[in-house]
Amino acid sequence: MDLKELKRVRLVKRIAQEFPDGALVNLGIGMPTMVANHIPEGRTILLHSENGFTGLGPAAQRGKEDPRVVNAGGQPVTIVPGGAYFDSSMSFAIIRGGHVDYTVLGALEVDMEGNLANYMIPGKMVPGMGGAMDLVAGAKNVIIAMEHVNKNGAPKILKKCTLPLTAVGEVDLIVTDMAFIRVTKKGLVLEEIAEGVTVEEVVKATEAPLHVAGKLGTF
Amino acid sequence: MKPIVTADEAVKDIRDGCSLMVAGFMGCGNAFTLIDALVRKGTRDLNLITSDTAYPEVGVGRLICQNRAATLIASHIGTNPVSGQKMNSGELKVTLVPQGTFAERIRSKGAGLGGVLTPTGRGTAVEEGKQKLEIDGREYLLEKPLGADYAFIKAEMADRYGNAWLPAATKNMAVVMAMAADHVILEAEKIVEPGELDPDRVTIPGIFVSTIVKSELPAANLQQKA
Repeated sequence: MDLKELKRVRLVKRIAQEFPDGALVNLGIGMPTMVANHIPEGRTILLHSENGFTGLGPAAQRGKEDPRVVNAGGQPVTIVPGGAYFDSSMSFAIIRGGHVDYTVLGALEVDMEGNLANYMIPGKMVPGMGGAMDLVAGAKNVIIAMEHVNKNGAPKILKKCTLPLTAVGEVDLIVTDMAFIRVTKKGLVLEEIAEGVTVEEVVKATEAPLHVAGKLGTF
Repeated sequence: MKPIVTADEAVKDIRDGCSLMVAGFMGCGNAFTLIDALVRKGTRDLNLITSDTAYPEVGVGRLICQNRAATLIASHIGTNPVSGQKMNSGELKVTLVPQGTFAERIRSKGAGLGGVLTPTGRGTAVEEGKQKLEIDGREYLLEKPLGADYAFIKAEMADRYGNAWLPAATKNMAVVMAMAADHVILEAEKIVEPGELDPDRVTIPGIFVSTIVKSELPAANLQQKA
């Protein structure tokens, strides 16, 4: 495993510790999906797949794919014992109605007011919001899983998002390869830093001002 | 009893410029036989309403790649790059709708409601031009009903009254679309006599269905095609 991968695993492991036993969780595509592999022993969570079921299981084995069972990315997956299928209206009632305890998504930008931009770059990437706007507006807790800076090394945690917003003021937690940051009414609170990272490095890589928690943890 | 016809007969009245809902999610639950028949018929300038545009040349993605749609209302087009290309070139007018809002707009049409009030999209580009209402201290967007001339629905099993069973994750948008279109064409892998499909197993009541077509194409292995 290279260093980048190690850092990613560390951050998804940290997010996985947030879920209490029995939580209903929706994971976005990419890094958020990895969270499912790191649920602490003794705890069980139920995964929601917005195309229409609870009890999302691992990817289907090659040769055992069922074309009727796919995840929100269209990949053949499995359903675990105790799962349940439903239609899109029910699925989004579950999301919008506040019945999903946690959603974990990636971000292009997130800001100090908990605003999120993660669905388009005008003129470059316009894939559509899919279920992201409903998830961020409806889930009880919104956790962002992302690299702390973009490909060019520029901060992604800003004073104010510049890209089109996915939702306003809905983000609760930002977990990156460098830091664990809580969005509060007073602004962003740096609660934990990744091992081997200093507070100064986090502050430098973050455009928004950070309040450093009195008892700073590491992960 | 509902008429059981060939796919070509079922789509013969779908004229240029019609609005068409296609149920499915990334191809899962698309009515492949009906889509192929519509491509053969050559209908153009469709106002296409579908959750996503699947993959190039897969399921509903074919209608995009074969230039059959003039407008598209969808929640996600990222898995079919042809949709984005046509949107950028101006060939296809695309309206992107949050997926839950998409489902509820269609449901509200089918359920006789004047729309839905949703918190989704507040403070984003989605709220532009929409009425906002405050209900019990919380702000909502008014999203209007969405219907269509036709809907393509895919079932694993249907009886001759059109009662349909859609297993697993194939239900997705089919339930709401079946309620919201004037003509619902149901493609079924297996068609049985009344009484053979347990009423408790019915996903879509037959009252919504206009015509039944026997599926000629197996549910594609999407992973291989994608």
